[in-house]
Amino acid sequence: MTTAATTPRSLNPLSRTLCVLKRELAGYFVTPVAYVFIVIFLFVTGVFTWSKDLGGFFDRGQADLGAFFYFHPWLYLFLIPAISMRLWAEERKQGTIELLMTLPIPLPAAVLGKFLAAWAFAGIALAMTFPMWVTVNYLGKPDNGVIVAAYIGSFLMAGGFLAVGSFVSALTKNQVIAFVITVVLCFGFLISGYAPVMDMLSGWAPAAVVDAVAGFSFLTRFDSISKGVIDLRDLVFFFSMIAVFLFATAIVVDAKKA
Amino acid sequence: MIEIKHLVKRFGPFTAVDGVSFTVQRGEVLGFLGPNGAGKSTTMKMVTGFLTPTSGTAVVAGHDVSKEPLKVKQVIGYLPEGAPAYADMTPESFLNFVAGVRGLKGRAKTERIEAVVRMVHLEGVMRQTIDTLSKGFKRRVGLAQAILHDPDVLIMDEPTDGLDPNQKHEVRSLIKSMAATKAILLSTHILEEVEAVCTRAVIINRGKIIADGTPSQLQAKSRFHNAVTVTVRNASGGAAAVRGDLRSLGGVSDVQEAPGRNGAVSFLVLPKGGRAIIDEIGHHARTKGWELDELHAEAGRLDEVFRSMTAGEGVKA
Repeated sequence: MTTAATTPRSLNPLSRTLCVLKRELAGYFVTPVAYVFIVIFLFVTGVFTWSKDLGGFFDRGQADLGAFFYFHPWLYLFLIPAISMRLWAEERKQGTIELLMTLPIPLPAAVLGKFLAAWAFAGIALAMTFPMWVTVNYLGKPDNGVIVAAYIGSFLMAGGFLAVGSFVSALTKNQVIAFVITVVLCFGFLISGYAPVMDMLSGWAPAAVVDAVAGFSFLTRFDSISKGVIDLRDLVFFFSMIAVFLFATAIVVDAKKA
Repeated sequence: MIEIKHLVKRFGPFTAVDGVSFTVQRGEVLGFLGPNGAGKSTTMKMVTGFLTPTSGTAVVAGHDVSKEPLKVKQVIGYLPEGAPAYADMTPESFLNFVAGVRGLKGRAKTERIEAVVRMVHLEGVMRQTIDTLSKGFKRRVGLAQAILHDPDVLIMDEPTDGLDPNQKHEVRSLIKSMAATKAILLSTHILEEVEAVCTRAVIINRGKIIADGTPSQLQAKSRFHNAVTVTVRNASGGAAAVRGDLRSLGGVSDVQEAPGRNGAVSFLVLPKGGRAIIDEIGHHARTKGWELDELHAEAGRLDEVFRSMTAGEGVKA
């Protein structure tokens, strides 16, 4: 059987990753999920930013997007798990994981492709907040460098949350459970640098542990990036978080196929 | 093409597959039979690289699945149990995805998808989402996905499960039309399917192979192998006399009453040890002057063989 269709084809992991990415990303848009998500994301960021009591965008008297980015970690805490919960849980529930895993796709390509699709989707939602940027430029003269940095930081943080979510989603076939556990884990990562947590630890834990815990805080790292300081260590942190959790995802998917 | 070597799969204390070995050559259609939970699906999942065997391995087209899983996955077309497919996608986008993963590109891809869609008759539903399709169409989408790259090895887990008789017939014709050039392994518990499409059958029970042979070899193990149905229109001494006559014949072990039609009496005559007794009965009928409506021998009953081999040992849930 060597017709045109059967001649052996080279296995290019990158193109397989792209296949998975494209399928997955298109998957967001064939259902209402994507539209509902984007609308809610834009609406809530808008409300938080402009509300007098919360962001106080207009009362700050400053031409910046601090009020806008301030709420991103907290929004992501609930919205990102909503994206990530279906990544693997859905495959397992529908039984398509057996299909996916018996197609000639290397496991890392599948894990990465799915993650990148979710990240790209989060990126699209984030990009659609551009009217905010336009507004602040219309009203005043903001430091656009800081805004770009904050966008990068926000996107990286979304990636970190998504990688955690991907890992949790691989653990269960129940999306609700995946959602709740991801929220809890992400909350842990968010607040680990917060004063109350630090106080709780510093009483008894060695300083190295306290520092380590503080080092895992998404919040402090995002804060510094969103102030315009792109520290290499923060970039490395987010990328290693993503790498570690994707690696863990692959291990769990491989171990829990049955 | 498929060489299964001492496959073992344990889930905790439970041994699902216990040392299964067999081979499937190109041109063969091997029917994999067994009660639910016998280990059919688990075996197939190990051959296709989905599950890792506890021990043993499978070699497909020269590639060991435990060492080169991706190569094996390239060679195999696999229809998992229940034909899973992404419910939100349309057959069109789904087949495009699979074709892309299979490395098909450009015109070759479009042409191949068109050809396969014609083969399994999906033309009318290509733009509908898969979750709105009937079971028969979903199964065909799964089949299309499995044969998209014209694989040398085709593995199908219950390909006709849940289809109506027409659809079953179509799928079987499709399998037969591909049989000559591929090695095909299919699991089923529909025994007529084995007679219809398989060149060989392997029966598995509680993780172990208990029979391996052509369908006719398996039929020969049946009590009903060479059993003769005889229907006599003019039974002079009544049914009892005919029965007595039949029972007196040398090769006969038992005579069972069968439903007769239009006042005729009908019996199913079981032979001793599978002997061919139809000639003997025919000869006897002539000497007695019976007018026969029906006289034919059976090849044997697979379902009976299947049941006698697999039942009674506490079929697992």
